[in-house]
Order: sequence, then structure tokens, then C-alpha cells
Amino acid sequence: MERTIVIDPVTRIEGHGRVSIFLDENGDVCDARLHVTQFRGFEKLCEGRPYYEMPSLTQRICGICPIIHSIASAKACDQILGVRVPDPAVKLRRLINCAQIIQSHAVSFFHLSLPDLILGMDYDRTKRNLFGVVERYPSIARDGIRLRSIGQETIKALAGKRIHPAWVVPGGVNEPLDSEDIDQVMSPLPEAMTIVRRTLDWFKNSLEEHREEIRFFANFPSMFMGLVNDLGNLEFIDGKLRLIDYKGDIVADSVQPERYADYIGESVKPWSYLKAPYYKPLGPEEGMYRVGPAARLNIVDGCGTPLADQEWAEFRSLGRGPALSSFYNHYARLIEILYAVETMEMLLNDPDIRSPHVRAVAQPNYEEGIGVVEAPRGTLVHHYKVDEHGLVTWANLIVATGNNELAMNRGIMQTAKRFLNGKDISEGMLNRVEAVIRAFDPCLSCSTHQVGETITSIRLLGPDGEVLSEAGPS
Amino acid sequence: MTDRDYFKGKPRTDVNPVRILTFKIDGRDVTAREDETILTVARQNGIFIPTLCHLDGLSERGACRLCMVEVKGSDKLFPACVTLPRQDMEVMTDSPRLNEYRKKILELLFSERNHVCSVCVSNGHCELQDLAVTLGMSHVRYEYLYPRHTIDASHDRFSVDHNRCVLCLRCIRVCDEVEGAHTWDVMGRGILCKVITDLNQPWGTSETCTGCGKCVHVCPTGALSEKGKSVSEMSKRRQFLPYLEMMRRESRK
Repeated sequence: MERTIVIDPVTRIEGHGRVSIFLDENGDVCDARLHVTQFRGFEKLCEGRPYYEMPSLTQRICGICPIIHSIASAKACDQILGVRVPDPAVKLRRLINCAQIIQSHAVSFFHLSLPDLILGMDYDRTKRNLFGVVERYPSIARDGIRLRSIGQETIKALAGKRIHPAWVVPGGVNEPLDSEDIDQVMSPLPEAMTIVRRTLDWFKNSLEEHREEIRFFANFPSMFMGLVNDLGNLEFIDGKLRLIDYKGDIVADSVQPERYADYIGESVKPWSYLKAPYYKPLGPEEGMYRVGPAARLNIVDGCGTPLADQEWAEFRSLGRGPALSSFYNHYARLIEILYAVETMEMLLNDPDIRSPHVRAVAQPNYEEGIGVVEAPRGTLVHHYKVDEHGLVTWANLIVATGNNELAMNRGIMQTAKRFLNGKDISEGMLNRVEAVIRAFDPCLSCSTHQVGETITSIRLLGPDGEVLSEAGPS
Repeated sequence: MTDRDYFKGKPRTDVNPVRILTFKIDGRDVTAREDETILTVARQNGIFIPTLCHLDGLSERGACRLCMVEVKGSDKLFPACVTLPRQDMEVMTDSPRLNEYRKKILELLFSERNHVCSVCVSNGHCELQDLAVTLGMSHVRYEYLYPRHTIDASHDRFSVDHNRCVLCLRCIRVCDEVEGAHTWDVMGRGILCKVITDLNQPWGTSETCTGCGKCVHVCPTGALSEKGKSVSEMSKRRQFLPYLEMMRRESRK
């Protein structure tokens, strides 16, 4: 008899979703789907609003990575104005983004995924959370909470508040830094460095314990996409797109971000509010690619900062080509935090960072603008069209998590096939399905711009639609 | 600048005597000229009465009703901005009843249009927002109407977002009384009422607008703003108004 398993809600991710796993007559997994169950409609509600409201409006998409939304949006607006953003402002945007990388990756690694990684996939589910980690490994939990707090406090020092600040504006940023701000941002960096290096050492040593997860957590060939700078190094804000195949060969390079639509198409799945982008030349079925921390480290030729470069070299020596298992996202996240801390130190020592010239002012001169950046979870596109008065007439947002939609479905299926059989389903098995989703660190509320209550779950369904098993908060 | 300065241009009392009377506000003995409103006297004495449509330098409208006060011996409420005191009157500016009415008025204002502070250019510099905080408005008990309103961004430098308009009509008064252009006016009644430029045409096509920007700076919310300002960046300068009036009177002497 065919059946379906539903995990509903999927927990410890950002946003709300449900997983259905379909079993065939023999009780073997034959299909799996991630449903993003809610709809927000941000693209629609941008219409009619002035372009200069966009950075603040669109950053409401997310409470975890609002900064990068505001930067993507401001970049699109820069193009509408037709201005060259002053160099100090570019550096300040980069600085605040580093703080966001630190805090966002810290949430994903420590708060959301660490319970699985350190307590074990089969650990008592009532304690398999951050509080459980605090109980058993207080110093590691403290590191995670501290690291996130450093990121958040840095954002506050730079932009005035931790969540949804209005500092990044079309044309630059709206206020220069003073010495006090700089000291405030500088002072916790050594501590952040110590924490991230300690965590990296510990995590690398523990990789061996996760051999099964590495083998089956979305470990398959796919393309990878992200931004790189002119040197081919890691770049979050002002890069060009690069796509590589599963062997590591470059498929497309130095793609001007404005041409994203030549390379990326978006397909709609009837079972999810999340659109599924794909590599256009290969079509919606074959064009699967992955974005995010591991994808970025796969495509770049280096990070561009000394310590992160060393770690990157070690990361790349994991296999012969790109790291194919999405489990390695956890590892990559830590390396990116290291990169962010190093980059912040470098930027803070740059005299430009104190410059009062942080904003270019203009009227809207062009009717279209595209901003492409690397969000913590992957490539993010903001694309607006405006009328002659600067009111938005059309908006398209491709949010990082969406890029991974196809790969997440495939990863869920792979994990389910390995760890599930229809006869006897334990909670720990289902948790592995959730954990593969967590490895992608999807922000479902971002990707669909959803509103509504929190429901993320996994469900096991029979061929007749009968719900056989359900996991999620009860 | 106090309201007393504002009346400096009026005839001097020693040649054209105005009666001085005494009355009470919140139990305090106060003195007033007979042509001063309760609001003016309260402000002179540092007694807070919330206002929204009132602005020093503009004629009174008595429209927003937030300055309602109680008078001993009467069940009726009186708008302090247009009510003159009488000898021995006892005025109460604060009571649970008044506070409840004031909150209701605010809640109705919020529910009537689409006030979204988080993405508003005036966030942090908004009189409506400040009033909500001051009066302790924590919830809106009425259903939001979510009307569909547009933005007119056709003017070179300014835009009007009707979603954020509270119909205080300060823009109309300042344009008419101070600038003398009378570009702004209202059309429609009740819930359909809205401010318009000239004959309800795009602001950018207005032939009477001098582009002085006074309306933008007297607007209590983010309804009128300078284009290109990002969220929270639209702080307004309203101090110019009484000075402007004074300077004009001085130059006429």
C-alpha cells in the first residue's frame, strides 16, 4: 500500500513549512516535497510605493537578514538614481553586512542546528534544542549566544537599531560613523575571532562523527551559484555571478548581475508558495543549482582574507571537486563568520570608514534597477521598475532560499530514502529529514514573504492520501 | 516663542483695554485676556492639552477634537483651541473620560487610513505617532478600513501620500493664510474627504503652487514629504511659522 509521511511543522528553521514523504506499495520512499504553506505577496505590495521606501519596506521580509535585503534594495535604487555610491558608503554597507553574516550564521549554526549536531539526531526531542545544549554544553552555547550578540550589537552601533534599521539608503548610507561608533564596533572583534576559531577547531574534529549525514544530506551533483569579486574571491555585495557545475568547471562567469534573468528562470510548483528558480539553459527539470555558504566556498578561488583563506583551502580539500554534501553548509558558515570578522577588522582600519561622504543624491533617472547580493543563505535579487515619478510599478524578488528549492526537495528525498522505511518510523528518523532542511538554513518566510501562524511539519501519507504519521510541535 | 508674542501685533491694552479675567485650569488659578483661548492660557501655564490640527501661527479649526476639556457644571465637552474662558470657569484638562475619548479619536484616525510607521519617512518625527505614545494608545479597537489610496509624486520636490493624511488641513491653512497661494483644498465628504491641489489635479501640474514647501513642513505626519527622503529622515521644521508672522507684522509697522 502506498503511503505518505508528513512532518508538520518542520521546527528550528526560519519560517514555516511542511514536508510530505510519499511511500510506495512496498513502504519505500518514492517522492518527497517541501511545502511552503503561506503567502505574503511582497512583490505586489511594493507596487505604487516610492522607490526610496523600498530598502525599509523590503527588509521587513526578514527579521534575521534584514540588512542584506536593505542592501540589495538600495543597490537596485542606486541604479534607478543612476549614481555611483561613494566609496566610503560602499565600505560601510560591507561592514554592516559582515555583522549580519556573523549574527545570521550564528543563529543557524548554534541556535538551530547545534542541538542536532552536538546532542545527536535521536536525542530526546523535548530537550533537543538550544536549552538542551545549554544544559549539557554550557560553554559552547554561551559562545553561540555571544557571537550572535556581537553581530547584533555591531548592527546597532552602526545603524541605530538591531533589527530593521533604516541606515542603508538609496545612494549610500544616511549617516557617517564617528570615532565612538568605530571603537564600539572594534572592541568585541577579538572575542568574536576567538569564539569562531575555537568553534571551527571543535567542529572540524567532530566531522568524522557525522559521516552518515555528510553522505546522505543532499549529497549529489548539482550546479552552484554565487557572486565573486574581480579576483574571483568571496564577495557579498558588489560582485559578478559565477556558476559552476558539479565537477567544479565554470559554466558561466563574470555575469553582470543585471543579466540575472538570462540565466535564472522561475518555475511555480502547485504544492508550494515557494517559487523554484532554475538555470535557464537547462530548463526547470535539469537546471537545479545550489546557493549559500557551501556553494559560495565552492565557486570562489579564495576568500581574500588570510585566516579564512587557510580554512577555505582545507574545506576545498574535503573532496576532489566542489563539496557536494549540503551538510558542509554548517562548516562553510563558520568559515564565513571568520571571513566576516577579518573583513571587519580590515575595513575598520581603513581611513575611508570615517569619511563624511557617504551618500550620493539624485532624482530617479532610470526606470529600472536591479540589485544582486549574497545573503547569508545565498544569492538575492531585488529588481524594480518605476514610473517617471519614482513610484514602483513592478517588482521581482528572488530570495536566497528559493534558489535552493529544487535541491532541498531532492535532499529531503535522499535523506528520507536512507533513513526512513515505511514500517517503523521513529522520531529521530524524521528529525534527520528536518535536519537536512536545516543544513540549507532556509528562510521560508523570506522566500515566500509569508504571513500567518507558525506551522512547519512533516507528514507521512499513504497512496490514498491517508496520513500515517505526523511530526511537529504537538 | 510663546503665544503671548504671537499676539504682540494686536492693539495695546493701555489704549484699547482688553478685559483680564481669572479662572481655573486643573485647580490652578490662571489669568487670561478675554480674547485668549483656553488652549493658549493652558500652554502659557505649562499645562498639557493634546492637539493635532492646531498649529501656532495658523487660524484655529477645532477639527481634530483632541483638545476637548471638561468645564465644571457642564456635561458638554469643549474644544480648548476655540473656546474662550469666562470669569471663574473651572476647566479640567485630564480625566479618565477625556483620555478615553482622545484615545478613541486617535484609534479612529489610525483605522481610517493606512498608517505604517515602520516604513514611513516621518517615523520618529510624527505628531500622530507621538500622540499615540503620549496618550497611551496601545491598541486600535476598531476595524481598519484599509482604503486604497495613492501617492501623488508628480511634483518635482514633494510628494503627498494620502495613506498617511489625517485631514488636519494645516496644509490648506498655511497655503492660504501664510503663503497666499491657496493651492490646497479639500474635496469629498466624510470618509471620502481628501486634500487636493488646485482642481483635483496632479500636484506637479498645479499652476498656483509656488513650491515653497510650507505645507510639507506643517504636515503633522508623513503625508506630505520631500521626495527622496528615506524612512525616518523627514524631520519637519515648524518653528518658522510664528516668526514669519511676526516679521510680517513688524514690517507693516
